[in-house]
Amino acid sequence: MKLELCGIRKTFGRLVANDDVDLTVEKGEIHCLLGENGAGKSTLMNVLFGLLRPDSGEIRLDGEPVRFANPGEAVRRGIGMVHQHFMLVPVFTVAENIVLGFEPTRALGWFNRKKANADIVRLSQEFGLDVSPDAIVEDLPVGVQQRVEILKALYRDARLLILDEPTSVLTPQETLALFAVMRSLATSGRSILFITHKLKEVLAVADRITVMRLGRVVGTTTPETADEKELASMMVGRSVELVVQKAPASPRATVLELRGLVVEDDRGLRVVDGVDLDVHAGEIVAIAGVQGNGQTELAEAIAGLRPIAAGTVRLDGRDLSSASPRDAIRAGIAHVPEDRQTDGLVLALSVADNLVLDIYDLAPFARHGSRDLATVKSNAGEKLADFDIRASDAEVPVATLSGGNQQKVILARELSRPIKLLLASQPTRGLDVGSIEYVHERIVAERDKGVAVLIISSELDEVLALGDRIAVMYRGRFTGFCDPSTGREQIGLMMAGVLDESAALAAGAAEGADPASSVTLSRGSVHP
Amino acid sequence: MTTEAPTGEAAPQASSIGSEQPPSGDAPGQQRGKAAFVKLLRRLSEANVFVVTVLAIFSALVLGAILILVTTPAVLHSWGRIGSRPGAAFSTSWRTIAAAYSAMFEGSLFAPSAISHAVSTGHGWTTALTPISETLVSATPLILAGTGVAIGFSTGVFNIGAQGQLIAGALGALFVGFEVHAPIGVHLPLVILGGAAGGAIAGFIPGVLKARTGAHEVITTIMLNYVFLDLLTYLLTTAPFQQPGQANAISRTMPSTAILPHLFGSTLRVNVGLLVALAVSLGAAWFTRRSTAGFSFRVIGLNPSAGRTAGMDVRRITILVLTLSGALAGLAGMATLSGTDFFLSTGYGGNIGFDAITVALLGRNRPLGVLLGSLLFAALITGGRYMQAYTGVDLDLTTVIQAIIVFFVATPALVREVFRLRDQGEGPTRILTKGWGG
Repeated sequence: MKLELCGIRKTFGRLVANDDVDLTVEKGEIHCLLGENGAGKSTLMNVLFGLLRPDSGEIRLDGEPVRFANPGEAVRRGIGMVHQHFMLVPVFTVAENIVLGFEPTRALGWFNRKKANADIVRLSQEFGLDVSPDAIVEDLPVGVQQRVEILKALYRDARLLILDEPTSVLTPQETLALFAVMRSLATSGRSILFITHKLKEVLAVADRITVMRLGRVVGTTTPETADEKELASMMVGRSVELVVQKAPASPRATVLELRGLVVEDDRGLRVVDGVDLDVHAGEIVAIAGVQGNGQTELAEAIAGLRPIAAGTVRLDGRDLSSASPRDAIRAGIAHVPEDRQTDGLVLALSVADNLVLDIYDLAPFARHGSRDLATVKSNAGEKLADFDIRASDAEVPVATLSGGNQQKVILARELSRPIKLLLASQPTRGLDVGSIEYVHERIVAERDKGVAVLIISSELDEVLALGDRIAVMYRGRFTGFCDPSTGREQIGLMMAGVLDESAALAAGAAEGADPASSVTLSRGSVHP
Repeated sequence: MTTEAPTGEAAPQASSIGSEQPPSGDAPGQQRGKAAFVKLLRRLSEANVFVVTVLAIFSALVLGAILILVTTPAVLHSWGRIGSRPGAAFSTSWRTIAAAYSAMFEGSLFAPSAISHAVSTGHGWTTALTPISETLVSATPLILAGTGVAIGFSTGVFNIGAQGQLIAGALGALFVGFEVHAPIGVHLPLVILGGAAGGAIAGFIPGVLKARTGAHEVITTIMLNYVFLDLLTYLLTTAPFQQPGQANAISRTMPSTAILPHLFGSTLRVNVGLLVALAVSLGAAWFTRRSTAGFSFRVIGLNPSAGRTAGMDVRRITILVLTLSGALAGLAGMATLSGTDFFLSTGYGGNIGFDAITVALLGRNRPLGVLLGSLLFAALITGGRYMQAYTGVDLDLTTVIQAIIVFFVATPALVREVFRLRDQGEGPTRILTKGWGG
C-alpha cells in the first residue's frame, strides 16, 4: 500500500509539532523515519494512526484521501502499528493475543481456537515469524513477543506496518532476525515505516530515509548516498562527534569490589548469581547485556536499594553489603538509575527541588530541619548553566523538560557532591544524539577526575564507546570480560549466552570453532 | 519513553526552538520578563482551582435550590395550578428558596437585623454573634482532623481512620483530665498533649503494620475505627473511665482545669480549641512548604521509588505520617471533649472523622485549603440546623449540598465542561486520588 502524507500540520497551542510535513512510502518499501526525541515523529504517527487530528494536510492511501477519527478506522484501512511498549496481555496465549478483538467464532459466539491457531501458523510460516500459538506470552523472550505484535498487525491484514523503535529491546542477533522479517514483508508488497534514532540500523535496512527535525522534514535520502555522520548532523542540525573522545584510562586503586555477589529479584529468583568485579578509580567498566539478565538488580544491590542474598559489596574497602540507599549515597556512590522518570526524578516537583533530592536535608540547603529555599534556587541557577539544562525556569516541574534535559538534571545532582563511584544504568536510553554526546563527555570527565565508573547498558555501541573494560552479563553471571577492541559479533554472542569467555578464546585459537559457534548461534536465537 | 505523548513532545520542542534563536534573543531583561510570565501563568492556574471551587459551591447551591423546590409541598401545589395563577408558582418558589437560604446564612454567620439591633442599642451582641461562634466551634475539630488527613493524603497515605484516632485522642485527653491534678496552666497543656498522644498511638498502629507487613492502611485504618468505637463503648462501662454512680455508658466529666477556656465570655462557646486549630493549620502550612521532613513527605507522596532511590526511608516516613495524622485527629477529639462536650458517650465524635476526609479533599490537601473547607462545612452544618428549625427544610439537604460540592470539586473537568472554562493545565500534583488501592 502506498502512503502519502501531504502538508501535515499539527500544533499544540503555540507549539508547532508538525509543520507542513510531506512523506511518501511506496508499496513494498522500507522507509525509515529518523529524528531526535521531540522532532515530531510520534505526533506524525499519531496523526496517521487516528489518535490526533491534523490542523491541515491530507493523508492518502493508494492515492485516495482518507481521514481517521480513531485507531480502529486506521486498522480497518490496513495500517498496523507495533508500539515500542508491547500491547499484549501477558497471561494470554500467543493465539489469543493475536486474534484479540477479531476472534474467529463458531455458532453462538464460541471462540474457535482451532481456526485461530491454524490461521496463525499459516501467517507465521508465510513470513518466517516463528511462534507457537499456544505459548503464554509472558513466558516468551522480548524478541518473540515482538513477533507476536507484528503477527497481530498482519492478522488484521495490515498493508502498512509502522514499527516504533522496534530494536531497542532486542539483542544484535534478534535485530538481524527482525530485519530479515521486515525484508520478507516488504517483498510481499507490504510497506514498512520504521521509526528509529539508531543510525547503523537505518543504513542497514532502509530503502529510503526521511529525517525530521523540529517538526519539519529536513530531507529524504537513501543509504547509498548518506553515511552515519551525515544523518546525525541532519538530525541535530550541527555536526556531531559520534565517537567518544577519550584518552586511555589510567586505573588506580580499587574502589568498588564485588565478591560472590548473589541478588534475588522480587519473586525470590537468583538473578545475580555469584558475581565478582573490581572497578578502579579512573576507569570505566561497562556491563553489556540484554535487558533482564540481572544488570538492573546488580545496580540496585550496589546502590543499597535491594538486599544482598550473599557475598559482599565494598567501596574503598568499606563494607556496604547491608547499606541502605542513604548509606550508599553518603559513602560516595552517585547513582543514575535505569528508569529516570520512576526512580530518578519526582516529575511533579520543580527542577530546583529535583536537583537537591538526595541532599535536601544537608547544609547549605537546610538548617535545623528548615529548608533554605533561596539556596536551593541559587543552586539550581548554577546547575542549569553548568550542565546546559534547557529549562525556562528552575521552578517549572521537571516533567516539562525533554528526556535529555531530565537526564542532565539527574547527572547534575549526582555529580555535584563528592563521589567515589559513578553507577549509571542505561545512561542515554531514549536520549537524542546531542544529549548522548553530552552525557558521554560528562562520564568520561568524571573518570578523568579519578572517579570509578560503572556503566550498565544494553546498547552495544555505548558499551564499546565508553568502556575501558567490558563485562558481558548473561543470566546473572559474567560470561566474559574483554576490552573494547573485541568484535561486536563476539560480544553479541556472549550477550546471547551462546559464547562464554573460554569459548571465545577457544574460537580464536582452536580449529573447528566455526561450525561450533554457528550451531550455538542458531540455538541461541530460538531460545535466547 | 521514546513514544512521546503530544504534550510530552511539546516541551522538548519549545526548549530546542528556543536554543535555535540567536544569542541576542536571550537578553537578561527578556528572560526576566519570560520568568515573570511563567509565574503569572502559574498563578492563573492556581486561580483556576479557586474558580472551580467557587463554581462548585455555586452549582451545589443551585441544585440544592431545585431539591428544596421539588420537596416542598406548597411549591408543588402552586406549580400544579400554574395554568390559573402563573405568578403565584414563581413567587412561591422564590420565597421558599429565599427563606431557606437566608435561614442558612443567618444560622451560620449572623442575622443582619440582630447585628443592627446590637449596634444601635449596644445590647444583644451575644445573640448576634452566636451563629458565627457555633460555626467556629464546629469547624475546630474539622480543621484539626482534616489537616491530619490532608498531610496523609499528600504523602500518598490514605488515612481513613480519623474517626478512630479522634476517639483515641478523646480517651487520652479524658484520662489525663481526670488522672492528673494540677492548676489549669499545667493541666490544660497536658490534656492537649494527652489528646495528641492518644491519636498518635492510634495512627502509629496502622503505620507500623504498613511499613513492616505491607498491610494497606485503607483497610487497617477503617477496621481500627470499629476497634476504637467498641473500645470506647467498653471503657465507658469500666472504671476508671465510667462516671462513678452511673449505670449508663457515660464517662467521667472533665474537671474545670482540663477545659479549654471560652474566648469571648461564657455564653459564646468558641474556645481556645480554635486557636489550637489555627496554630496547627499554620504550622502544617510551614511544615509542608518549608521543612525538610515535609519535603520528604511530599516526595514520598508523589513518587516513593524516587524518594527511596534518593535515600529517603519510606517505611519510617510512612510510620511518621500516620502517627502525625493520628495525632492531629486526636487533637480534634480533645477539642470537642475539652471545648464543648466535657464527657464521652457511646458513638462519640459523630461524623467528624469522615467529614475530615471530605474537607481534606475539598481543601486539595493543603493546610490553608483545609481551613477554608472546614469553615464552609461547619457553616453548612450550623446553618442547616437553623434552616430545619425555622423553615422545615430537612437537614439532610445540607448533607446533599456538601456532597455535591465535593463531587464537583473532585471532578474539575465536569465544572469546566458545565461552565465552559478553559483547562489551564493543572499540574500532576492535582491528582487527588492517586494511590487508591495501591
